[in-house]
Amino acid sequence: MAAIEILDLEKSYLVGFWRKRPKLALRPLRLTIEDGEVFGFLGPNGAGKTTTLKLLMGLVFPTAGSARILGMEMNDPRVKSEIGFLPEQPYFYDHLSARELLNYYAQLSGVPTKGRSARVEQMLERVGLRDAAGVQLRKFSKGMLQRVGLAQAILHDPKLVFLDEPMSGLDPMGRREVRDLIQQLRSEGKTVFFSTHILSDAEALCDRVGVIHQGELRGVGAVAELTSERQAKMEIIFCATTVPPGLTSLGAEARVSGDMVNAVLPEEQQDAALEVLRRERIKLISLTPVRRSLEEYYIQKLRPVEARKNEIPKADDQKDKDDDRENDARIEASRKGVGA
Amino acid sequence: MNSRIGYIAFNTFREAVRDRVLYNLIAFALLLSGAAILVGEISIDIERLVVVNLGLTAVSLFGVVIAIFIGIGLVSKEIDKRTLYTVLSRPVRRWEFVVGKFFGLTGTLVVNTLFMAVGVFLALLYVAHKFEKMDVWVLAALYFIVLQFLIVCALALFFSSFSTPLMAAVFTFALFVIGSLSEDLRGFARITSGVGGWLATAIAYLVPNFSALNVINQVAHGDPVPGRLILYNTVYALLYSAMAISGAVLIFQRRNLK
Repeated sequence: MAAIEILDLEKSYLVGFWRKRPKLALRPLRLTIEDGEVFGFLGPNGAGKTTTLKLLMGLVFPTAGSARILGMEMNDPRVKSEIGFLPEQPYFYDHLSARELLNYYAQLSGVPTKGRSARVEQMLERVGLRDAAGVQLRKFSKGMLQRVGLAQAILHDPKLVFLDEPMSGLDPMGRREVRDLIQQLRSEGKTVFFSTHILSDAEALCDRVGVIHQGELRGVGAVAELTSERQAKMEIIFCATTVPPGLTSLGAEARVSGDMVNAVLPEEQQDAALEVLRRERIKLISLTPVRRSLEEYYIQKLRPVEARKNEIPKADDQKDKDDDRENDARIEASRKGVGA
Repeated sequence: MNSRIGYIAFNTFREAVRDRVLYNLIAFALLLSGAAILVGEISIDIERLVVVNLGLTAVSLFGVVIAIFIGIGLVSKEIDKRTLYTVLSRPVRRWEFVVGKFFGLTGTLVVNTLFMAVGVFLALLYVAHKFEKMDVWVLAALYFIVLQFLIVCALALFFSSFSTPLMAAVFTFALFVIGSLSEDLRGFARITSGVGGWLATAIAYLVPNFSALNVINQVAHGDPVPGRLILYNTVYALLYSAMAISGAVLIFQRRNLK
């Protein structure tokens, strides 16, 4: 069963004082997230990530379209018992201590009275806030508030966790801890849907990513496939203090650092380049195919549609189409399942 | 009561207490003890009248100010500070949230009024040296003041559900003032004919009838409060508050929390 099925969800706001006109915040979005998957929703600020999450949380209402969460309509009250949500830059009742806040949220989430306190203490321990549990939240740093936010999102043991920019504003240690927590959630079989613009985190954590820009989903793909894709280029690292002229004439882009040279050149020039190094008696250190990073995929997807059309079609575009088709097929199949 | 509403109400009460809302009691205690001492020095057999009038008017004004200024921020503050996001992403319905906040604030005002009522009776004991049978009607006046708070809280919530906090405060306070003069407005409507008369009648019946809930002068003179008035006022205040809260819920249900 798909954990989330987003079916052409769309949101526009009316802006202007006298003559109200609609402003599209999210173009029809169609996306399926599988059960147990860690999905990264990537995009720059204002791309539509938070709007999507707010729509799924029922905080704003869609202009069109719908979504199913854990097999239920997104506005079904039962959904809320099965999901956890960390908003971007979360604010909490600062008159409460971390323990009181988690206890309050546990009550609202329907955590049974018996075992509620133990569950709260367990969460405080898990996010490293046991020593500050009795301190009012108004005295907490941003990183500590983020930890409280994570604790409240997973407090009631939800099947599906939505995290909006969970690493935003955290120091390296804090980011590491959040990464570890998401890894733990994955190992517990939870589905995690998180938005971020920190690509290294997405690359390290996600099974799949989707790129959204200007309210439009620009592409979806499996991280392993996107980053394993070869780019028909080779990277050669060798010992030298200057770039041999023969290599430059082969179209290599070289960079000298200390007594090492790092050169990238077309794959078909690989043998000729090795011949140049052999002739010059230069010591070869490594020869590796250049793989595409998630960043390159992201940047490519962010470019205007017109600019992308002028590019030679690449393998990933075909793969995106395949993914989209697969998505559609899954949605269709689940619809039939529901209808039956 | 639905348990989630109870949790939200308790949290609202706790927030008000920790934000030192009950500190108004200090000002109230100072005002009342000062007045009692002054009255004890200078008055000639009107100590009871002055203390009851002053005490109950102060209870009413302190409470109305708290009801308006906290009431207008009950929901809008939660939207602005985004504390609402983590509440509504749980199995909490929007109407439960609004009703819970309403009960939380009215609970705060009831506790506040209880403390102030103790202050009024202590001042009364200080100036009159003993309680009299007619003092029981002071309790009825205090009960009517609490009913006023219910309506003011509900109105503040209603106005804040579609306007800015400042405008909501202005609207609520304006209705409190007009509602306190509603008997005069009804009298004016009776002697006016034509469109003006219709308009005055419509406004007089639309605005909350706070003047019916004000028996301060009556009890200060030791006059009894009829049981029928207590019943009518209770039903009226509950219905009026329920209508205002329903309006607030209807608007809030459709609101996009940007």
